Amino acid sequence: MSAFLDHLPQFWQGLVVTLQLTAASFAGAAVVGLVITALRVSPVRVLRGIGTAYVETFQNLPLLVLLVLAVFGLPEIGVKAGLLETAIVVIALYEAAYLAEALRSGVNAVAAGQGEAARALGLTFSQSLRHVVLPQALRTVIQPIGNIFIALTMNTSLAAAVGVVELTATANRVNLLEAQPIPIFVGAGLAYALIAACAGFVTGRLERRLVMIR
Amino acid sequence: MIKVQGLNKWFGDQHVLRDIHLQVAQGEVVVVIGPSGSGKSTLCRCLNRLETAGSGDILIDGVPAPVEGRELAGLRADVGMVFQSFNLFQHKTVLENVMLAPMKVRGDARPEAERTARELLARVGIAEQADKMPAQLSGGQQQRAAIARALAMRPRVMLFDEPTSALDPEMVGEVLDVMTALAADGMTMVVVTHEMGFARRAADRVVFMDDGQIVESAEPNAFFDAPRTDRARDFLAKVLTH
Repeated sequence: MSAFLDHLPQFWQGLVVTLQLTAASFAGAAVVGLVITALRVSPVRVLRGIGTAYVETFQNLPLLVLLVLAVFGLPEIGVKAGLLETAIVVIALYEAAYLAEALRSGVNAVAAGQGEAARALGLTFSQSLRHVVLPQALRTVIQPIGNIFIALTMNTSLAAAVGVVELTATANRVNLLEAQPIPIFVGAGLAYALIAACAGFVTGRLERRLVMIR
Repeated sequence: MIKVQGLNKWFGDQHVLRDIHLQVAQGEVVVVIGPSGSGKSTLCRCLNRLETAGSGDILIDGVPAPVEGRELAGLRADVGMVFQSFNLFQHKTVLENVMLAPMKVRGDARPEAERTARELLARVGIAEQADKMPAQLSGGQQQRAAIARALAMRPRVMLFDEPTSALDPEMVGEVLDVMTALAADGMTMVVVTHEMGFARRAADRVVFMDDGQIVESAEPNAFFDAPRTDRARDFLAKVLTH
């Protein structure tokens, strides 16, 4: 265990980077995911097509491939961005596809009459989505969104492969010095588990607070 | 007020509305009756374009009803609609249900919207339910809330699509009372219903539909006492014997 404890400040640094990756890419994924959901349920066929193409693209490519492509490909076409920023954007775009699918299943779970009533009152399509359909859809998919958040947290470890020194990369580095993989990776794993447990706790609370009587 | 000309609609191969011509004058209460599957709900939903028409024209105050976009939203703001299944917004209180559209569509300020909403809820007799969630209300109360929500937009016409069909029998009366009062106040109304008593009492004109067509259109007493067509006679014989 001392191999882990001796390097606590380093692990703390790595954890902070992991948390940055997680928070920033989840925020980005939420925004992009909402937009994609709106596209996918839009009455305009072209917009639905764009939404579907987005989801199919990002769900059918491994995140690691996307990360490597972005980190090595973007400088080739003249886009210069920091490693951390690149990783955040790629993870956000990737997870947005999954978030959009969860949200869309929530939208489908809202009774058709709700949107009809909103439109019958003169709300535009986007107003009825924003004020009536999405708030109800969100309530039904809190749990799946929590799961996506946890999966996203775990996926941030792939950023280690393209040189972002987050928790997993830190564990790797420390292990190269200490050669004690078990305590080091158990320690890192516990830190991930702690984040996941927090996420589970928050979604449970949210679900109970926002429960909607039908 | 409303003028429907040569309206046709198909669901796949099924011809559900056949060459419908209908005029509703300002302040007129038109009750549409007919067997289920006769197209009366579809006709009602075509009037605010919740259903798209196959062919034909719908004119509101002489202006063709817009087909999409903001113009259509503008039309719907002026045409109130009450559904069979109430469709109150489940995540909002009754008061918020009534306030939403006036604030978002008309741009009313919150205090003003709330004042109007409370007045309307009092008018339909559920002022004390304002802060409850829809699911906590009885069916009759929910439908009255839905009527208040539609009225909050100060509509020029109200469409009722079988407003009492989903209600327990003892709650039908309270909703029909609100509708009768509304008709007496001079609201232009198109009501699709199976309530023959309401048709007789509140309608200026009864429109009988069967198989996607308007078969008969007459003043209520004339229609109920002496229907001109066999189909109407058959229908009335079935519904009035119970």
